Amino acid sequence: MGDGPSGRIIGVNGPILHVSDPDAFRMAEMVLVGEGRLVGEVISVSDGHATVQIYEDPSGLRPGGPVRGSGKPLGVRLGPGIIGGIFDGIQRPLEAIRAESGVYIPKGSRVPSLDPDRVWQVTMRAGEGDRLTGGSVIAEVPETGSVTHRVMVPPGLSGTAESVVGSGGYRMGDALLTLRLDGGGTAAVTMCQEWPVRKVRPVAESMESREPLVTGQRVIDSIFPIAKGGKAALPGGFGTGKTMLQHQLAKWSDADVIVYVGCGERGNEMTQVLEDFAGLKDPKTGKSLMERTTLIANTSNMPVAAREASIYTGVTIAEYYRDMGYHVAIMADSTSRWAEALRELSGRLEEMPAEEGFPAYLASRLAHFYERAGYVRTLGGAEGSVTIIGAVSPQGADFSEPVTASTKRFVRCFWTLDRNLAYARHFPAIQWLTSYSEYLDDLQDWFDARLGPEFRELRAETLRLLNEEGKLMEIVKLIGADVLPEEQKLILEMARVVRVGFIQQNAYHAFDSSVPYAKQLGMLGVMMLLYGKCRALVAEGHPMRALSADPIFAKVTSMKYTVPNDDLSGIDGLRREVEAFSLRHAGGLADHGAVGAGRVGGQGRA
Amino acid sequence: MTGRSESYAGSLEYAGVTEINGSFMVLKGVRGASYDELTEITVGGAKRNGRVVRVEGDLAVVQVFEGTSGIGLSDVRVRPKGRPMSMRLSTEVLGRTFDGVARPADGLGEVYAECVREVGGSPINPTSRVYPRDYIETGISAIDGLATLIRGQKLPIFSGNGLPHDQLAAQIVRQASLGAGSEGRFAVVFAAMGVKRDVALFFRRAFEESGAAGRVASFINMASDPIVERIMTPRSALTAAEYLAYEKGMHILVVMTDMTSYAEALRELSSSNGEIPSRKGYPGYLYSDLASLYERAGIVKGCPGSLTQIPILTMPNDEVTHPIPDLTAYITEGQIVLDRRLAQRGVYPPINILPSLSRLMKDGVGEGFTREDHPDLANQIFSSYNRVGEVRALASVIGEDELGDMDKAYMRFGSEFESRYVNQPKGERRDMTATIGLGWEILRMLPKGELDRVRSEFLERYY
Repeated sequence: MGDGPSGRIIGVNGPILHVSDPDAFRMAEMVLVGEGRLVGEVISVSDGHATVQIYEDPSGLRPGGPVRGSGKPLGVRLGPGIIGGIFDGIQRPLEAIRAESGVYIPKGSRVPSLDPDRVWQVTMRAGEGDRLTGGSVIAEVPETGSVTHRVMVPPGLSGTAESVVGSGGYRMGDALLTLRLDGGGTAAVTMCQEWPVRKVRPVAESMESREPLVTGQRVIDSIFPIAKGGKAALPGGFGTGKTMLQHQLAKWSDADVIVYVGCGERGNEMTQVLEDFAGLKDPKTGKSLMERTTLIANTSNMPVAAREASIYTGVTIAEYYRDMGYHVAIMADSTSRWAEALRELSGRLEEMPAEEGFPAYLASRLAHFYERAGYVRTLGGAEGSVTIIGAVSPQGADFSEPVTASTKRFVRCFWTLDRNLAYARHFPAIQWLTSYSEYLDDLQDWFDARLGPEFRELRAETLRLLNEEGKLMEIVKLIGADVLPEEQKLILEMARVVRVGFIQQNAYHAFDSSVPYAKQLGMLGVMMLLYGKCRALVAEGHPMRALSADPIFAKVTSMKYTVPNDDLSGIDGLRREVEAFSLRHAGGLADHGAVGAGRVGGQGRA
Repeated sequence: MTGRSESYAGSLEYAGVTEINGSFMVLKGVRGASYDELTEITVGGAKRNGRVVRVEGDLAVVQVFEGTSGIGLSDVRVRPKGRPMSMRLSTEVLGRTFDGVARPADGLGEVYAECVREVGGSPINPTSRVYPRDYIETGISAIDGLATLIRGQKLPIFSGNGLPHDQLAAQIVRQASLGAGSEGRFAVVFAAMGVKRDVALFFRRAFEESGAAGRVASFINMASDPIVERIMTPRSALTAAEYLAYEKGMHILVVMTDMTSYAEALRELSSSNGEIPSRKGYPGYLYSDLASLYERAGIVKGCPGSLTQIPILTMPNDEVTHPIPDLTAYITEGQIVLDRRLAQRGVYPPINILPSLSRLMKDGVGEGFTREDHPDLANQIFSSYNRVGEVRALASVIGEDELGDMDKAYMRFGSEFESRYVNQPKGERRDMTATIGLGWEILRMLPKGELDRVRSEFLERYY
């Protein structure tokens, strides 16, 4: 590698280089720059020179330095060893680099992405003489406790299997079989393949997704659900909990594999993922969450060009595991940093800027990235999906800025995080009035079959209640809540129960951190039952002041803490209590003078 | 025109300046100059320093630290030094004062060099980091109780001109330095970028009064000093801080002021370099550039030290959405926001707690760190105080007398909270227990039923 045709550096402007002998290079080719062999990529070729962006700190480069072509585009190595690891934006293994170089990341590190010496236990699935095509699974490797790595024939190859080895221990580069190609010639198939990061991996067929990605987060699952293979954006100003929510989704989503891309964010957040995930158990497998997670970390102080690449590295890895028939979710935190990297490089290339200095191709690049999500039939015939959840960090929390506005066009879930909710420490701070999900209709059958038709009714009623509260709050701001009619006071009180008791979720609580659909359904059922009973009581003339003094409100609000996820009998108990509350008050109008002394206790804790 | 002489063995001198613009000059006929290399510039016998910011063929663009005034196209000799800007380091930097490019500015001569480090720094490998969890007691209730500072954190103060951010930073330095278990291993690195003379003097006096002057390394770039040096000032300071924290195992508190002057210097250079501006004229790489400073905070594996940063920035027009505070807050682990209205009401420190946040607090307080009820208590105060804002808005429309009883209780809670919890005498040091106790004392002004963020067992124990 790196001994192909070569040119010399002519000029250096930050991470952008001008290189002589443009004939020696092809567009998007990976090159090695300078004596330190820094990794770069050809981004334009013209008459007099080639332009190269380099993925490392350019200091020390000088005109005359060698630039060697590699003959192939910037790619990732795909094979066992990816899961559980942490890589930089161009897939260099950060753990191994630390072992070699200590605290700081040195330039021009040449530690291989995947350990070539590690011996994996391979169970062969293909036999002598089998007809194999791209995507056929030839062997299985227990990559981690949670993920079985399916070794596949690289896309584009087809032929007959020969010299198939027996099951046993092999290294990354060992040939597991030889393919006698249909077009003549042979190709050795190993555990590992290379794939260019900017090229979409082929699939047999794109399918519609009919299944939600279950996240355990109530406001997402019940109110704004996302499908497996879907795409969502998570815009929010600083401090609104984007990263926190991305961590929650990475922890609790029912995906098989999680790719977490820390793109231009904080180093400590990566450390936190490493520490937290290693200590948490995947509810599905009982193994550590790290055993189904891989991290791509290009923190904000790492070279900016690699930040641009990190998103593609992440999504290519996600597609690779999808091709094995897994449901993969990729969290990109934050796509705004990626867009800013594009802007920075574009500025250095002296391209004509469009809005706010971003290049005109921002929207098409974003589209290209989000379009790599999807639910597919793989070349190997299995079903798999890539779900993309991208955080967006709008400048000045202004959602009309180019990155947020462009992203909105290409995603189907838009979870807007609200600063005022964050100030009140209401988390997750997804603002229900401005967020949306387009997947509801797609998932209708799944909801009806798994949760019953009442789920969608409860959801609609809940959302209606919250919307009515939103309207009323405009009035309350002007005249106060005390002068509202009773039925509107009820709306405010019930909306409070829903906001505090349902929408708000405590990421630090032992079981409130992630809640199954069954409990979400039960909670909504109890809340809407209470709402219905109260509406009837208010219609009968009961004042809200009396009703809200009843401890039932506090009990319903706090059921997220009192009813464990694995024993929902408490939900039935609460339903009975709501019925009893209704009977207790019905007709008994005379008692109200005594009870209505104050709201103390009735407002309850939540 | 292009002259070249070899005055030192193996090092070349050039004299072909073709263009001078702002702090940049363009050299022609250069061979072998590398990107980011330090250069020595001789103008009529006096020496200046420069940095190569771009090379193209035999042209090199050099940024002159001391400014280009007095340089003409002739009579200039430039000598590349063969390495990026570096500084000499040993624990002797403590007690010393330097300029922005790490030259001694106190007349005490060069520092004995145990090692030489490039000031640009290298990114810390995320796998080398230790997630910070130990809190620093600052003795200031609004910080300790609601936006707890953690060792290894970067927690900026967002302020405005005329607000007491300097006093607050000095108080944190004074009070945090006395923390138990850190004697002898605590030191301060102070970076002043484009500050007024009286600010520099204020901090010097503050350090002396706290008895910490011998444990402070200062890097001072005054408002009248060259802006190129201003760009290097925080880098020099952080290089010293990294050395002390990650190699010498000391607990380093870095105070950097004023990040706004720093960012403006960056904008000035970017514009004279002809770069395409993004928001408000700041260069597109402002985020990456700020990150290359802030991300140098932390704790690394295998070393007992820590590097905590308190950058101070004055928000232009008090706008938190201005690119400098906005991008800063996207990088730092929270922010402490000072509020002009509180200051005008005589509250010190005038910390508006609602937009203030310590991202690392959640993992550094509570059981085993401060007290079990601390997280719930803090959440409750945020939630209740947020309600105070709504009630005040309503009161300004319908009048306070028209408010319901509960709303009136919130009004009283709000003013007590500001005058007793946030406000504290300048010299007062409240310990964590006192801060938590005070929080409960003020929350008791609200009926128990309103406290919906506190677990019932804590309510029973502490309400």
